[in-house]
Amino acid sequence: MTSLMTSPSGAPVGGVPLLEVDDLYVEFRTDYGVVHAVNGISYTLSAGETLAILGESGCGKSVSAQAIMGILDSPPGFVTGGEIRYKGSNLLTMSAKEQRDLRGEEISIVFQDALSSLNPVFSVGAQIGEMFRRHRGASRADAKKAAIELMERVRIPSAKERVNDYPHQFSGGMRQRVMIAMAIALDPAILIADEPTTALDVTVQAQIMDLLAELQKETGMGLILITHDLGVVGEIADRVAVMYAGRIVETGATDAVFSAPAMPYTEGLMASIARVDQKGQRLNPIVGAPPNLANLPSGCPFHPRCPRATDYCPTALPPLLEVVPGRYSACHYAEEVLRDH
Amino acid sequence: MARYIARRLLLAIPVLLGATFLIFAMVFALPGDPIRALGGDRPLAPAVQEQLREEYNLNDPLPVQYIKYVGGLVQGDFGRDFSGRPVSEIIQQRLPVTIKLALVALAFEAIFGLIAGILAGIRNKSFFDSLVLVSTTLIVSIPSFVLGFIAQYTFGLRLGLFPIAGLNDGLQSYLLPGFVLGALSLAYIARLTRTSLVENLRNDYVRTAKAKGLTPASVVGKHTLRNSLIPVVTYLGVDLGTLMSGAIITEGIFNLPGLGRAVFDAIASQEGAVVVGIVTLFVLVYILFNLLVDVLYAALDPRIRYE
Amino acid sequence: MSERTTSGLPHSSLSEPDPGLASGDPSVGSSPATVPELSGGGDLRQASLWSDAWRQMRRSKLFLLASGMLLVLAVMAAFPQLFTSIDPRARNACSLANSRKTPGTNGAWFGYDTFGCDYYSTVIYGARVSMIIGLVVVGGALLIGIFLGALAGYFGGWFDTVIARITDVIYGLPLILGAILLLNLLASDRFFGERNLATVSTALILLSWMTVMRLFRSSVISVKDTDYVSAARAMGATDSRIILRHILPNSLAPVLVYATIAVGATIAAEAALSFLGIGLQQPAISWGLQINSAQSYIRSAPHLLFFPSIFLSVTVLSFILLGDALRDALDPKLR
Repeated sequence: MTSLMTSPSGAPVGGVPLLEVDDLYVEFRTDYGVVHAVNGISYTLSAGETLAILGESGCGKSVSAQAIMGILDSPPGFVTGGEIRYKGSNLLTMSAKEQRDLRGEEISIVFQDALSSLNPVFSVGAQIGEMFRRHRGASRADAKKAAIELMERVRIPSAKERVNDYPHQFSGGMRQRVMIAMAIALDPAILIADEPTTALDVTVQAQIMDLLAELQKETGMGLILITHDLGVVGEIADRVAVMYAGRIVETGATDAVFSAPAMPYTEGLMASIARVDQKGQRLNPIVGAPPNLANLPSGCPFHPRCPRATDYCPTALPPLLEVVPGRYSACHYAEEVLRDH
Repeated sequence: MARYIARRLLLAIPVLLGATFLIFAMVFALPGDPIRALGGDRPLAPAVQEQLREEYNLNDPLPVQYIKYVGGLVQGDFGRDFSGRPVSEIIQQRLPVTIKLALVALAFEAIFGLIAGILAGIRNKSFFDSLVLVSTTLIVSIPSFVLGFIAQYTFGLRLGLFPIAGLNDGLQSYLLPGFVLGALSLAYIARLTRTSLVENLRNDYVRTAKAKGLTPASVVGKHTLRNSLIPVVTYLGVDLGTLMSGAIITEGIFNLPGLGRAVFDAIASQEGAVVVGIVTLFVLVYILFNLLVDVLYAALDPRIRYE
Repeated sequence: MSERTTSGLPHSSLSEPDPGLASGDPSVGSSPATVPELSGGGDLRQASLWSDAWRQMRRSKLFLLASGMLLVLAVMAAFPQLFTSIDPRARNACSLANSRKTPGTNGAWFGYDTFGCDYYSTVIYGARVSMIIGLVVVGGALLIGIFLGALAGYFGGWFDTVIARITDVIYGLPLILGAILLLNLLASDRFFGERNLATVSTALILLSWMTVMRLFRSSVISVKDTDYVSAARAMGATDSRIILRHILPNSLAPVLVYATIAVGATIAAEAALSFLGIGLQQPAISWGLQINSAQSYIRSAPHLLFFPSIFLSVTVLSFILLGDALRDALDPKLR
């Protein structure tokens, strides 16, 4: 299975890709049973590329990001299989110290809720500056200077005056800028943005996404955008991976996937968008509830909600296979689905 | 902040007056005549008794007595006991004992309570965590006078490690009573620290700190501990009341000549001025300590601002 | 006394465009098109809070242990004859010849006290006083605290202020000190004329209603502006009906947890006062009194100290454990 999926992606730029997630499994061992949060996902990311990971909440997209960062709460979370290779070396087998040295320095993350993700009792300057103090051994004064520069770079007005302010004194959008400043402080090669705009107002969302896109263009970092917002994906992602029940069920170039989905789940997602050109029509939400990760349906986990399901679907788990060059889908009837568009 | 402190001090005045009046009224209402009791088996001559009553304003109605007393208090006069000794002198003599006792108790609480709480919080659900949980529950369940005797019996009599009573061994004399006095709060601080640390370790900003590549020590020590200490500091304000209550019992068991003993004896002999004087001091310390705690609270948590 | 203000948290100062003005800008084809989020679980209703709590408690070993011990202690308090055939209050129960004999002598498990009474039966009979005082005092404190807390929280205003100041004053007094004075006062001829159960209970009630009051007051304040109370008011419910039918049941959980633990604390306080010689007096049978008379013999007859101490501590422990189990069950956050 692994060999089939080594590269469901655009070809890596020059040999080894920046990041390879290879058949990753994550589970949570709780009092109520084992929750299979991530069930064998694989993808790669190259420098300068934006990969969107799209899915409902609870589909495992954030968990996989935390596994990459090495910040899963463990226990109860455990990586039970697979590899995460950064520039060819497996993060999961590195020593704790080697892993820590990469965090923030090479791979960074921006979380969803900046208010709770920033420490309330330290000034934003101290929290941004901490990156330089931890990884570069900078002095307090130098760290503060660097923090001001970064705040200017993410366009926080009057950065010099606000560097000593505390997170609660900023607006939601500005706080997210602080998070971003912190994440890009050391020019990481990879930035993971875990639902960076979900907690924000619509107009502010656009500004934050623009900022991320711009920073990526400047630095050439690889960007993994985790989201459930199809609009955002359509705007800035080069490729998209759709996750369902801890697995990637469809992946390919964003435009291609959006214009002609090859998996009924993606189809359902597209149909649930309110589109301007179809004013007055009813939205078609996907029926039913997301699956219980502690007790997955047999066969294809999407079959109970799938309008195209047949008697065969509950009996066999569809592997992620190439439908047309560059397009992968985990559906027994992928070609049919694709043909319908 | 200065305005806040000033307002708090102003608000403290009615509390102080209320508490002293309450005590005053209760001492006033106590049955029996303290002056007649003074001479014991051979009562003083009626004329002398009358003179003493006049001197101590005992013939005035309660409100007048109280106002005269507060009048003196404002000028720093705590009054005199029936043998003519200034109450301020009694306080001066007894206060150091109680302060030393309280400091030893606080040291026990802070050091052992915090360490146990932090270790249990970090190793949530480990054996050590359960040990802290069980032993703190036991400590909380044992009334302090019982704990006092247990400590006296085991460490003093059986093992002979510490003096069991009195003040003859310098600081050593304070160790056992200090531990007994601080034990209850030690247990509370350990639990509070643990709970608050466990809760804070679940916060999103802890994840952020990990994602920055910080070591586990600085994730806990720098990013979590300060937030976790906020409720502990708040508790310390309440704790002082416990300490003062405890001092009355602990000083009794270990025969330490502190303020607790003094007030207990004074109530028995109806030395109104001594009782009210010491209680005034207790309440004043309590109020100031709580104000200090609130100021400290703001220093620890930038989200708190006082207007 | 604590005027803490948390300065407004979100959106305090910096200018971010006002989302309220942003009418849908559909140019990019991205009106809020999101994957449907299906949240599970509706709001918890009261009934299910209590039945959940009950289910949770029945599975808790802590709860079973605590309630088991309390059951034994309750039976001991009500029917001490079931535990011992000797009534220590009987004329012929004691013989000075046995004074302070050690455990085991003449088959007396706990030995004999100073008057030569069988110590086991004396200690057993001590449970009654502790249980009565614990329950009566906490019951009284609940009545006063809930009544005043409901009024202060529901009506606020000057009444709230006065109650708050009185509470501050009593909190400012060390409990034991207040109790010593009150007991001296209440034991005088003007009130009870002696130091008995009623005297001690009254003194402790007067000094222990404040925490219940504060807990209940803040519960009332947090509940009184909720939608269902507004709805009840809109339907024309009277104030007392709103308090009794809607606010009381919703505010009970924290008070109940506190009250359970407070029974233990009260029992300890009674013992401390009796120990200091200002609570119950001989010939009442109380663990505190027993410990008091035992303290002079800590060297020669330590067993006199240990048995009442152990019974007292175990009783306090049982109530604390029960309170912990209740809290675990009622407040899932703390688990």
